[in-house]
Amino acid sequence: MAAEHWLMVAGPGRGTGLGRVMRTLLVLLWLAAPGSALYFHIGETEKKCFIEEIPDETMVIGNYRTQLYDKQREEYQPATPGLGMFVEVKDPEDKVILARQYGSEGRFTFTSHTPGEHQICLHSNSTKFSLFAGGMLRVHLDIQVGEHANDYAEIAAKDKLSELQLRVRQLVEQVEQIQKEQNYQRWREERFRQTSESTNQRVLWWSILQTLILVAIGVWQMRHLKSFFEAKKLV
Amino acid sequence: MPRPGSAQRWASAVGRWGCRLLALLLLLLLLLVPGPGGASEITFELPDNAKQCFYEDIAQGTKCTLEFQVITGGHYDVDCRLEDPDGKVLYKEMKKQYDSFTFTASKNGTYKFCFSNEFSTFTHKTVYFDFQVGEDPPLFPSENRVSALTQMESACVSIHEALKSVIDYQTHFRLREAQGRSRAEDLNTRVAYCSLGWEVQEHGANIW
Repeated sequence: MAAEHWLMVAGPGRGTGLGRVMRTLLVLLWLAAPGSALYFHIGETEKKCFIEEIPDETMVIGNYRTQLYDKQREEYQPATPGLGMFVEVKDPEDKVILARQYGSEGRFTFTSHTPGEHQICLHSNSTKFSLFAGGMLRVHLDIQVGEHANDYAEIAAKDKLSELQLRVRQLVEQVEQIQKEQNYQRWREERFRQTSESTNQRVLWWSILQTLILVAIGVWQMRHLKSFFEAKKLV
Repeated sequence: MPRPGSAQRWASAVGRWGCRLLALLLLLLLLLVPGPGGASEITFELPDNAKQCFYEDIAQGTKCTLEFQVITGGHYDVDCRLEDPDGKVLYKEMKKQYDSFTFTASKNGTYKFCFSNEFSTFTHKTVYFDFQVGEDPPLFPSENRVSALTQMESACVSIHEALKSVIDYQTHFRLREAQGRSRAEDLNTRVAYCSLGWEVQEHGANIW
């Protein structure tokens, strides 16, 4: 979408050769630029988990791309089509909200319905152990949460917004995200306070109990010793 | 219908060629200027005795920031190390709880940063990091370069930047709160079990 907008600005002459050349060059440039995602290596049976602590009703979009190490060419090539990644997402109550297998390149989306720590786990679905040949799988990963997950070009096209309106819409989305986070913060602070008060109560009751037991044992020991000495005719 | 005058034809021709020249200049600019960057914010689990590395391809001259914080586990510390494409260590700290490091990429290539929990024998840690590469991509890829922003648009841009920093502060607050809560829950469990054990041990000996 963004590329089309770019093309419309840069190529005014529709039928002219120069306009077409310009557009082709731009498309090639846009395609050639690699995605600026972080990557890491994952072993064959390894499972990598990521945590996202998010308020409720927040959308999370994850994009990944895999590459397999080719021993002959000694570099990473795009992975074979049969190799995919299994993505599993668990909500704060350990309930699975997404468990799907995607291809060597995939995009997964989920929306949180309870606030808290969501766990996103990835592992490869490879069953042929020789496929990895002792190497590693390179996974490019990009996770966008909340307002960052919005595709503004799509929103602008769908609602037919002018540039200024789109900017204001972005600000509105950001502020909504801040509000949600603040609400979540209130909920967490309450939990934290409950934990601290519980600790406080436990320490208080423990020390009172401790004192009572000590006193009781002291009294019992005194009585026991007194009866012992009386029996031995020392008192 | 009157034919368009020669002056009008000349003006439209100039207009067309002017647009094409501008487009060509923009294309050249696109090739020279480093591409828009982005930020990667990831929270991951680091098991005991493990090391996790992340890599990113960065263009020369890009200003990058790596910020990390340990959220749960043990003494809430981790080893961190950042290397440039030639393997030269740009940043290395052992057993740090939180740090932020800014650098400008001196060469093109793959930069690597690793978090290590190899000094810990049984506590696994949860580490958060935020790796910012260059500037965030603009909302409109072309518009910033074609014309200057109106006052309204400039105001929107400054509000956007301010809100971004609010969200950043909120994230830091959330991480610190998570760390504090993790410590409080640990303490609560310890008070429950240790006091019970101490009770039994002390008074059991007494009574016996």
